Amino acid sequence: MVDQDTPPRRARLASTGARAAVETVFGEQPRGDKVSGLVFRSLMMLALAMALVMLVSLIIYSAWRGWGRLDLDMITEKPSRIRPERAGYGPALLGSLYMILGVIVLVVPIGVGAAVYLEEYAKRDRWYNRLIELNIQNLAGVPSIVFGILGLAFIARGPIGLGLVVATGSITLTLLVLPTVIIAAREAIRAVPPSIREGSLALGATQWQTISRQVLPAAAPGILTGVILAVARAMGEAAPLLLVGAAGFTPFLPLLFDGQYSALPVQIYRNAVEPREEFQTLAFAGVILMLVVLLAMNSFAVWLRNRYERRW
Amino acid sequence: MRNWRAKAVAALAVPVLGVTACGQAGSGGGLAIKVDGSSTVGPLTQAAAELFSDENPDMRVGVATSGTGGGFEKFCNGEIDIVDASRTITDEEAKMCRASGVTYRELQVANDAITVLVNKDNPVDCLTVDQLRQIWAPGSTVSNWNQVDGVRFSAELTLYGPGTDSGTFEFFAEEINGDKEEQRADYQDIGEDDNTGIAGVMEDEGAMFYVGYEYYAANKDKVKALKIDGGDGCVGPTPEAVQSGEYQPLSRPLYIYPSRESMKKQHVEDFVDYFVDNSAEIARLAGYIPMTDEQTAKTKQALRG
Repeated sequence: MVDQDTPPRRARLASTGARAAVETVFGEQPRGDKVSGLVFRSLMMLALAMALVMLVSLIIYSAWRGWGRLDLDMITEKPSRIRPERAGYGPALLGSLYMILGVIVLVVPIGVGAAVYLEEYAKRDRWYNRLIELNIQNLAGVPSIVFGILGLAFIARGPIGLGLVVATGSITLTLLVLPTVIIAAREAIRAVPPSIREGSLALGATQWQTISRQVLPAAAPGILTGVILAVARAMGEAAPLLLVGAAGFTPFLPLLFDGQYSALPVQIYRNAVEPREEFQTLAFAGVILMLVVLLAMNSFAVWLRNRYERRW
Repeated sequence: MRNWRAKAVAALAVPVLGVTACGQAGSGGGLAIKVDGSSTVGPLTQAAAELFSDENPDMRVGVATSGTGGGFEKFCNGEIDIVDASRTITDEEAKMCRASGVTYRELQVANDAITVLVNKDNPVDCLTVDQLRQIWAPGSTVSNWNQVDGVRFSAELTLYGPGTDSGTFEFFAEEINGDKEEQRADYQDIGEDDNTGIAGVMEDEGAMFYVGYEYYAANKDKVKALKIDGGDGCVGPTPEAVQSGEYQPLSRPLYIYPSRESMKKQHVEDFVDYFVDNSAEIARLAGYIPMTDEQTAKTKQALRG
């Protein structure tokens, strides 16, 4: 395993050496350049500080307002109207988990399949392939509420007609994150050096054997990272789910194809707009729960990348 | 590589199996009842669902809150069993239901009062309907309390109100301005987030906000409710005044509309019966004003009819 720190450290060494050499040959850099360098550097630090301060204040404020409800009941209990001090996110958390698992099951084969086609099979000069590429790029920027309307019209009602159930939410979120997954998977596949493919083909492997035994395993960490980040985004979405039936009050465990369901962000929103103090405290506690779940997913993605990434 | 793939599969499989196991343990083929509609009536049905499920653990009563209009749309489409409604069904919605063969009963379950809230330091205690109309009429330019006839208090007027697709908006506009779509447009539209309006009134001496009784009841120590003079003197939004019909014109009944088709199913019928029989207790738990004996009798009659 290669030391992860080596390339940045090498780069830093190289730039320090180059700067020293320039200074000995041409004398010190003009004062103006130094000042503008310093200004630029502090602006960048300020940008970083802004982002960090926002995040930290969000966490501190939510933890402070939600402190009273950061307990086990919050995770295990059902939503409650008549016992607000013991209401929780149980069914909503499970609803979100169901949906996310559905998204993974659907988005991995479809997203990776599309990426493999576009990278390994598609001829770039055909107009329809370029059209597909353009559309995928565009779809990645479409607001999530539009996917909610699509889900309501075509999946909950209309031709598929699944009704307002967990599976509908899953499919809607899959459509929402599919472009992101395709783009990430394409990047990962493109990062596999051509020499690997050429070597495999030269040894007599078919194109399919090359893709399934060389390219995909080598690209897998990158693909998985993309999938997890996309799924984390899907997990945080409330807008499209409001349209495809996620309800605010479901005091029972959800089923995939029958009955109402809820999701964590939707439940947080519903609690936040309640008049009673107990529900608002619970909403802030929910924000912390949500952040913990998302942080865990993102950390898993980072761990996967660091653990299995290969360099050529 | 093989090793890596095995690990990845294992990492994904554990939560899948875990969740499947939980799901099977909890569901046990329960009986679903789907409710959607007004976010004002929602808390009542939620309290009813909770009490009912305590006694019948197999029941799966879910309550969504996409608004009265959104509820009726799904209802007439046959997607839900019961609509929560903060107003009666419109002719257009009735036509939609008829077209798809959905029939229903109209059952009042509680009373609500639209309360007009102001800051605790505001010396004004009572406004007539005419004064309210001066403030809220479409095109009104009143921007200070002292521009309202007969008010001597001087403070800049900040208006908070719900979004135009809210049943509360329609009701207030109808009663005060005489048309459910007409109200001045330059107010702070808080959408469905009524807590924003409460916070606004708490912080601003000249603010005014109208909202359902539940929000006033939960914030009595933070804001003041104005008495309303509907022609027979000033009356505050107390449960007694609402039940006796004296708090006019801003009292309104709250309804549920169960579909007759769904009520042929035993568990839906049981739930509706339970809701009606225990409406007073349910209203109290949810923070609403219960029905009078007369209203209860009328609802029971509508249930049998």
